[in-house]
Amino acid sequence: MPNIKTLAARQEKQVRLTPGHSLCAGCAEPMVVRTVLNTIEDPVVVANATGCLEVATSRYPGTAWNVPWIHSAFENVAATITGVEAAYKGLTRMGKLNRRIRFIAFAGDGGTYDIGLQSLSGALERGHDFLYVCINNEAYMNTGVQRSSATPMCASATTSPVGEEIPGKPQDRKDLTAIVAAHHVPFVAQASVSNLIDLANKVERAMSYDGPKFLNVLATCPLGWRTQRDTAIPVAKLAVETRYWPLYEVAEGRYKVNYKPKKHVPVEEWLKIQGRFRHLFKTPEGKQRLEAFQAAVDRHWEDLLKKEKWTQEGDADEA
Amino acid sequence: MRKVMTGHKAVAEAMRQIEPDVVAVYPITPQSEIAEYYADYVHNGRVRTELVPVESEHSAMSACVGAAAAGGRVMTATASQGLALMVEILYIASSMRLPIVMALANRALSGPINIHCDHSDAYLARDAGAVQIFTESAQEAYDYTLIAQRLAERKGVSLPVIVNLDGFTLTHSVQVVEPLKDEVAKRFVGTYTPNYPLLDVEHPSTWGPFAMPDYYFELKRAQVAGMEAVPEAFLEIQKAYEEETGRKYQGYFEPYRLEDAERALVVMGSTAGTAKVVVDKLRDAGEKVGLLKMWMYRPFPYAAVAEALAGVKQVAVLDRALSFGAYGALYTDLAAAFVHRDQAPALVNYIYGLGGRDTTPEQLTQVFEEMSSVKPDQGLHYIGLRE
Repeated sequence: MPNIKTLAARQEKQVRLTPGHSLCAGCAEPMVVRTVLNTIEDPVVVANATGCLEVATSRYPGTAWNVPWIHSAFENVAATITGVEAAYKGLTRMGKLNRRIRFIAFAGDGGTYDIGLQSLSGALERGHDFLYVCINNEAYMNTGVQRSSATPMCASATTSPVGEEIPGKPQDRKDLTAIVAAHHVPFVAQASVSNLIDLANKVERAMSYDGPKFLNVLATCPLGWRTQRDTAIPVAKLAVETRYWPLYEVAEGRYKVNYKPKKHVPVEEWLKIQGRFRHLFKTPEGKQRLEAFQAAVDRHWEDLLKKEKWTQEGDADEA
Repeated sequence: MRKVMTGHKAVAEAMRQIEPDVVAVYPITPQSEIAEYYADYVHNGRVRTELVPVESEHSAMSACVGAAAAGGRVMTATASQGLALMVEILYIASSMRLPIVMALANRALSGPINIHCDHSDAYLARDAGAVQIFTESAQEAYDYTLIAQRLAERKGVSLPVIVNLDGFTLTHSVQVVEPLKDEVAKRFVGTYTPNYPLLDVEHPSTWGPFAMPDYYFELKRAQVAGMEAVPEAFLEIQKAYEEETGRKYQGYFEPYRLEDAERALVVMGSTAGTAKVVVDKLRDAGEKVGLLKMWMYRPFPYAAVAEALAGVKQVAVLDRALSFGAYGALYTDLAAAFVHRDQAPALVNYIYGLGGRDTTPEQLTQVFEEMSSVKPDQGLHYIGLRE
């Protein structure tokens, strides 16, 4: 199991994403990327969907990437990395290549939940050997905080503003992790930038499987969430503590909730520190919407515990 | 050895002989048979290619981009809407200078939806930065698939190449084809050494960076240089093909009975076969008529075309697609070819064969007959259309 020391040592040994990129101060993305890449010891090829990470790390003629890296378009990172993986297999079969290389895709929630969903689904179904990491900051941050299907209910975004008629995003977010799990791929997990050891453990477990692996990692965007620049970690941590963003994994169909908060922290605690939810705390209607929000969080959490119970009990029965 | 086969089978045979590292393909009428033949080769162990049966043409071209950047030799095939879906990524493939070879079974673009031939798909991709070759027969589709592979991978060119073959007319009709022996085809195509492959992990390269106004323009200019390298390479590879096979394809286009011709057609694809029959018949009757059939459409060989048609009095340019609000795309290229020349034929633009409409020898005979009385610059004329 990787710990902070081993990850730090690998960062010393080989800097796979170098400093000098232009991601915002306080952005959670580089922490996620470095943790993922430093957990994997094999050589890697990285594909990146269009988005903040891509734009901020590859401005020609510079590059922040010290590993082979490709960006093609917004909606096709899964197809792109599976093309790389297919070439690896073809070249290996033809005797032109003989070494172990791993394949990683990074994309934001817009590139994964929305425009890239078809490409991702196709790649998962075809069974390519790759790890897909959705760095989820819950809106189209690169283009100016427009709503995506990962944006939480009620959040203010530039295409779901808080207006007099419609206060923020009316719809609940899509449960993408469940959608990916429904592809019956070997390893699917949710992680958060607030727990990098948990993330590293999940990367390590993911890479122990052949076939498609998927991580949905919550990554604070201080600009879009309207939080303090030095609070990316505590804000994401509160998302986990309030059960808004459960840390769990589905390995070979078996659910495991990796962290169960001991006490019930109302989701309000997480919402009230973010400017995008400020409007909820100003009106009686906002209070009602808070209750609906909490109900949705509770329902999803209970569903998750049931899934864990059902799939783990299956184990016990067999034993 | 001469065999009887469809255009699809001929292309699939060329692909089998090339044996690319990756084929990523999605079914669409009238291209699907290429995917089926290739899957059959893979599933029966006749090739070692990694087949990627993608969930859309968008992903087909995206996987081709990933595979080619990785360092693989990569092929695909599509038609019509499939190409439309690919076009976004085809621009990216060209900008990355990836030598992806693609058969395009030409089919009309929707709407209304139609599965039959015209060239609207090829024209849609006209400015995408890929080399485009048109073919008249299954034999040409086979030969040019091999030529395209070598052209695409030529250092200095390093661009995607589209081999067009008319949907159904060529893809599904059975013709006599003489494929090369496997070892001859393989020797002609040769081995491929990629530039800066992603899989060379010791030498990490960044593909598809973000370029602002300070560099974008220069990067696009570098793509022009790739296109500029095509014509010379095209002729050289044709010559090499002739030396290897005895088959003569010399030039960017086929001039057919153009010497001393006073009237001529310019056409692309299978309709050239019909036009040749008409030219022969009119020549037998003593009329000075000829034909120019394009092979290399992009880059367009302006000077050579103008030279070949310099002595012709009237030229009818046949476009098998509309360019709404403008002349047909081939016509505008012809017009550009002559714009700085003192002597130029009178040009007239005909639109024909949309959505698979048949074009008959009688109709082409009529085009030759009325050509001399049609005043140039009279807009579009239509062949075989009910007004």
